[in-house]
Amino acid sequence: MRDLTDRALDAAVQHGAQYADVRVVRRADESISIKSGQVEAVAAGESEGFGVRVLVDGAWGFASSSQLRPAAADEVAREATRIARASALLQREPVVLDARPPAQGSYSTPVEIDPFALPLEQKIEELLAADTAMRTAEPNLAFTEARYEGLREWKTFAASDGSFTEQEITHVVAGIEADAVEGDELQRRTYPDSGQAAGWEWVRGLDLVGHAPALASEAVALLSAPQCPPGRTTIILDPSQLYLQIHESCGHPTELDRVFGTEASYAGTSFLTTDKLGTFRYGSELIDIVADATAPGGMGTFGWDDEGVTAQAVPLIEGGLLVGYLSSRETAPHIGRQSGGAMRAEGWNRIPLIRMTNVSLRPRPGMSLEEIIADTDEGLYLISNRSWSIDDKRLNFQFATELAWEIKGGRLGRMLKNPTYTGITYEFWRSCDAVADERSYRMYGTPNCGKGEPGQIGHVGHGASGARFRDVEVGVGKW
Amino acid sequence: MIATGREAGLGLAQRLLDLAADEGATEAEALVIGTDSQLTRFANSEIHQNVAERDVAVNLRFVDGKRIGVASTNRLDEASLRRLAARAATSARLQPEHPDFAGLPPAGPTPLAAGAASAGTAESTPEQRAEAAREVVGRVEGAGLLGFGSFATSLERVAVANSHGLAVEEARTFAQLITVAMAPGGEGGYAEACAVDATAIDARAVGEEAAQKCTACVAPGTVPPGEYPVVLEPYAVIDLLGMLGYVGFSALAVQEERSFFEPGRVVGSELVTIVDDGMDPAGAPASFDYEGVAKQRVALIERGVCRDVVYDAQTAARAGRASTGHGLPAPNPWGPFPLNMLMDAGTASREELLGGLDRGLLVTRFHYTNPVHPKLAIVTGMTRDGLFLVEGGKIRGPVRNLRFTQSYLQALAGVQAVSAERRLLRGDLGAAVVPSVRIAGFTFTGATEH
Repeated sequence: MRDLTDRALDAAVQHGAQYADVRVVRRADESISIKSGQVEAVAAGESEGFGVRVLVDGAWGFASSSQLRPAAADEVAREATRIARASALLQREPVVLDARPPAQGSYSTPVEIDPFALPLEQKIEELLAADTAMRTAEPNLAFTEARYEGLREWKTFAASDGSFTEQEITHVVAGIEADAVEGDELQRRTYPDSGQAAGWEWVRGLDLVGHAPALASEAVALLSAPQCPPGRTTIILDPSQLYLQIHESCGHPTELDRVFGTEASYAGTSFLTTDKLGTFRYGSELIDIVADATAPGGMGTFGWDDEGVTAQAVPLIEGGLLVGYLSSRETAPHIGRQSGGAMRAEGWNRIPLIRMTNVSLRPRPGMSLEEIIADTDEGLYLISNRSWSIDDKRLNFQFATELAWEIKGGRLGRMLKNPTYTGITYEFWRSCDAVADERSYRMYGTPNCGKGEPGQIGHVGHGASGARFRDVEVGVGKW
Repeated sequence: MIATGREAGLGLAQRLLDLAADEGATEAEALVIGTDSQLTRFANSEIHQNVAERDVAVNLRFVDGKRIGVASTNRLDEASLRRLAARAATSARLQPEHPDFAGLPPAGPTPLAAGAASAGTAESTPEQRAEAAREVVGRVEGAGLLGFGSFATSLERVAVANSHGLAVEEARTFAQLITVAMAPGGEGGYAEACAVDATAIDARAVGEEAAQKCTACVAPGTVPPGEYPVVLEPYAVIDLLGMLGYVGFSALAVQEERSFFEPGRVVGSELVTIVDDGMDPAGAPASFDYEGVAKQRVALIERGVCRDVVYDAQTAARAGRASTGHGLPAPNPWGPFPLNMLMDAGTASREELLGGLDRGLLVTRFHYTNPVHPKLAIVTGMTRDGLFLVEGGKIRGPVRNLRFTQSYLQALAGVQAVSAERRLLRGDLGAAVVPSVRIAGFTFTGATEH
């Protein structure tokens, strides 16, 4: 690979680049979908190519190709510099990158059971067992699904400053779903709807078969459960919903490129403008949120980001105050800092963008999730995300979960269907008066985070243990 | 330009079929997609991202009786293709049978749509895209605003062949220019133009439209959440079509009992007719789907009444009918989708649409919409980049954005007027041709600070 990367970098510099980097990426993926007892889809794919990113007179250019050969390296490097010169036709400020030492080394995701080496029939058998368990428990379900995706990426990064790194990243995503239908009512339960940087040992650890019967029964029970009533109340978010709250209302608004407007025409901007850094009260004093690219098992864990910046932990919110951002070599200097190592690209044919790594709410010693429920006189316990929406500055949000349990006198009571809640981000987080301890802490993985044009799908992680929020509007909409 | 032309694409597909036959396939399907795409992105009135990619990827569906394996690659050397065929064969033979698999589609007449590709897009250069960005920014800065947006161009060559003699190939191009003009206070105004031919896009006009919209949005007032009659511009209407297509117009959604769709059910006013037609030159033409089946014109909703949904080979076999040509690349557990929707135009002018609002809202576009209740098509989302209070048929002024939680079916039932003018836009389910509409009632359930 070194020959190709050297060739591309030399060509880029010869054509006028003051900085160049190249990523050679090979991806292997596989997927299995079991639907209502049938093996609906099994696929195995691979893709390889390289992308060259250059700065010419302070303007960016990027080109990529699937042809891993020296002539293509010359051609792509030349095209990237041509594109950079075109960028310079509409330029206000030249791009300046922060200094970083050349990156050197290698990294691999720790894996115990290689999912790609495990026989296909064994993976199918384990997923079929989970699907069967759901339909055995509830034969009248409209449909069931057990699914798995595996992704492995071999990535070589080289830059004109002498950096050279090699990484092998493995991710698995797995889960089960039970859907019940009666008339216009469609109820769904899923578990866990998540992924990890790990091997098949993580899938086995989910115990899909063990969770299947209760999941199926809950989907059916929801059909006749009372509707979540409208009002304002206390809510406790299970980690299976809290992780997405963190994702939408903290992860995205702290992406510094978004703050500076790079996503304005697509996904929007952020209310966390840099004048708020260090002073803005984002949440209650219980809120500590960190972006940690070294967290074990996180889908945002790696050795170096896609600019060769070493993986690190970056505090975003401390004691409820905004203290940091997800940043890059280009954006960090604008707030007087070094890059936080958050530049990540999907595949070989996309440029790196600032993405979440593992953005997690630190658990707090003191109360378990069960103790927080027992401590709550009246409210709702919300489990498993069903839908999500937030405005273009990341303020007004609305979530729905699959299931809510009514809390009265510290005990779980009725099951409620179609629960929704809404709020304004900082008002919501300031209302948090309890965060659960380590005992319920889980590292969730979001395998479908979209950003950028052309679009990129990112895998990111979120650790959460559960938390309580006061005076929240619930039961939005009438039907 | 990408490496595949018609002969190269079909030749590669045929080679894969030969390799599958060598591995003992009873049926096989080869899909070859060549991509040549570029995107120039600008923010704060300067180009900050500028990219290009080229790729050719192949997808082989290997069938052994009723066992199916799928493998894909973009490594096109002979050894890699042989490994691909072997991998797909092994995968198929390790699985249980798929009892209701009815076989791959037969060959049939596949007329090619006119106007699916344009040299104006295929030969687009980075300098031309930068110049378009300059024109947009020039108009926007002239109004004291900053420009944000992107100009994307793509050429895609799709070839499908299968062991039943089906062999089709087509080039498709598309260009999209989107712009948000932003005022110093953060208010935004949106505009978009799409075309098969990039040279047909008037960047100055896009910049002018965004600038005017943004200028009109400065210093918004507030209105409380509640139910309002609305006029939705095409940028918002495309979300209605895309979301209804996603939750309800797929045969798989019907077969899995997830859909609102029932033939003959009245879901919209008589002014609402929505079809899917890959051959219509008003849209972004595509003559066949990813199984090589010719795209049929499907009337989804006709004068407010549910008529039909879209099928691929598998869902069609379950229903005892023929595919309508809406299959996605194999394997496809998500089902067929309408990717070329058109909503019929009406007769109303913009003034007539607004004139019907005694007190209502003019909505430019929606943001981050998501289904809350798929069977009732209840969707939540935000307004964005231009929300205006209209009283007595006149725009009174901008207001802060609102959140809605609304059944899109009830919205269709409340359509009172449809514009004569339509736009070609790109949404979450491909490109669609959409008008503006006036709707009797739309429920807003929350508000934001901007």
